[in-house]
Amino acid sequence: MGKITRRKFLAGSAAGGAALMLTPAQKALAAGSFEGFPEGMGVLVDLTRCVGCRTCEAACNVEQKLPEPALPFDDTSVFDEIKHGQKRRTTDKAYTIVNRYEPEGADPIYRKIQCNHCNEPACLTSCFVNAYKKTPEGAVIYNEKVCVGCRNCMIACPFHIPAYTYHSVLNPVIKKCIFCYDTRLKEGRPPACVESCPQQVMTFGKRNDLMKIAHDRIKKNPGKYVNHVYGEKEVGGTGWFYLSNVPFEEAGFDTDLPNKPIIDNVKDFLAIVPMVLTIWPALFTGFHLLATKGKSHGHGDDHSHDEQEGHGK
Amino acid sequence: MVNAGKQLMVGLGVLLLSSVLAISCYAMDYPDEVEIDVLANLYEAVVFDHAMHVDLTEGCADCHHHTTGTPVLNEYCAKCHDGKEEMDWVSCQDCHSAGPVSAENLNNPKTDFIYHNDKPNLKAAYHLNCIGCHQEVGGPTGCEDCHAKTEAGDEFYRSGEFTPKKSADSSGH
Ligand code: SF4
Ligand code: SF4
Ligand code: SF4
Repeated sequence: MGKITRRKFLAGSAAGGAALMLTPAQKALAAGSFEGFPEGMGVLVDLTRCVGCRTCEAACNVEQKLPEPALPFDDTSVFDEIKHGQKRRTTDKAYTIVNRYEPEGADPIYRKIQCNHCNEPACLTSCFVNAYKKTPEGAVIYNEKVCVGCRNCMIACPFHIPAYTYHSVLNPVIKKCIFCYDTRLKEGRPPACVESCPQQVMTFGKRNDLMKIAHDRIKKNPGKYVNHVYGEKEVGGTGWFYLSNVPFEEAGFDTDLPNKPIIDNVKDFLAIVPMVLTIWPALFTGFHLLATKGKSHGHGDDHSHDEQEGHGK
Repeated sequence: MVNAGKQLMVGLGVLLLSSVLAISCYAMDYPDEVEIDVLANLYEAVVFDHAMHVDLTEGCADCHHHTTGTPVLNEYCAKCHDGKEEMDWVSCQDCHSAGPVSAENLNNPKTDFIYHNDKPNLKAAYHLNCIGCHQEVGGPTGCEDCHAKTEAGDEFYRSGEFTPKKSADSSGH
């Protein structure tokens, strides 16, 4: 059994390798064109409105059927949590979290963190089994059955979003916010977190329309916002983008990110070379995991790899 | 000199007019209490003490924009609604959609009102207005200062009787 799994996996990874050799135009289709999908949806997040009530966290937990949290969602002591010198991050059990920051000489500011659904997602381009997909609606989703748990995307994501199910020995996979694609976005409905927010911190709509609204808000409220829309240009543009009244770095944003996508294989084919280098260790991790999987597990897993192979052809 | 004097007169006139308008606002027939139950699944309805807020605020426009005949405070609203054009719509719900923020709402803006394109929905209109002011004047701002949770609310927030039981493996990495 283990042998068969391994052979099939190799076939699958050969197809993955072939994908890397596609012409730039073909790869562009896979990764989304540079402008993203013009009709794609997005979310404008206005940090000045957030009061840190964590209702959005509760809504995501219900919508995505996530496990019970450690503390109630109305418990604000989580804002003081520091682990490894860092504030809370998204986990496999919490696709979104709200953190509090204390900017110099200003009131505390709260920031909701989730996948930003990049126009050109580094998670997608770094994934060598093509588990990720950017949908025309704007969501960056992934296929858990294809994911081999190599964690390339965790390293590639500039916002540290994908989380890993460390607790699952048999089938460790990546978990992250999916823009409520299956249950809502597909039907044109706003995500659960957006709808739940009492302050309409988040406005849902076409990315292009929202960008105009964002710039309008800056213009119509002189002195209220810093003159920057975080995510308009960063890493090639993100589907969820932000307005703030304090400099973005004071609200915990990484302001050193380039405006170019992290793995720019659409316009610069050469950029793939270093990616291949990063893939090899991951490949071997993949082999190891699959070998372990084959021994301890039976048919369920094989089935998913059959599907994967089918896709590859 | 003449100009300054004239300006002063105009200024006084405006002041007088606005106080007359303000009085006319207070003379209006308004409810002493408003029951707000748009979030009634997670929270008990809020009985809003309108009379108390009328006493505490300077004028109706503090909350109702330009819709009651008192002078407009927001400079953007004032560009069109310069005080001449008060409206009949006083209830928040008349302008702020009680439905969720839908893509449809945003895709079909009423283009004849170009300045009304970024209008918060009803739930946000209340919260932004109430909490925004409460933050400034030091009023209550906690969720449960205004809203009593229902059982469904406790279940949603995993609070009260739904509080997670502390286990050794409580949180992730
Ligand atoms: S934020 Fe990270 S996980 Fe989300 S689409 Fe961008 S690169 Fe991928
Ligand atoms: S969009 Fe959906 S999955 Fe993502 S954080 Fe919001 S509720 Fe959770
Ligand atoms: S629900 Fe809205 S106001 Fe509350 S924490 Fe989330 S984003 Fe902030």
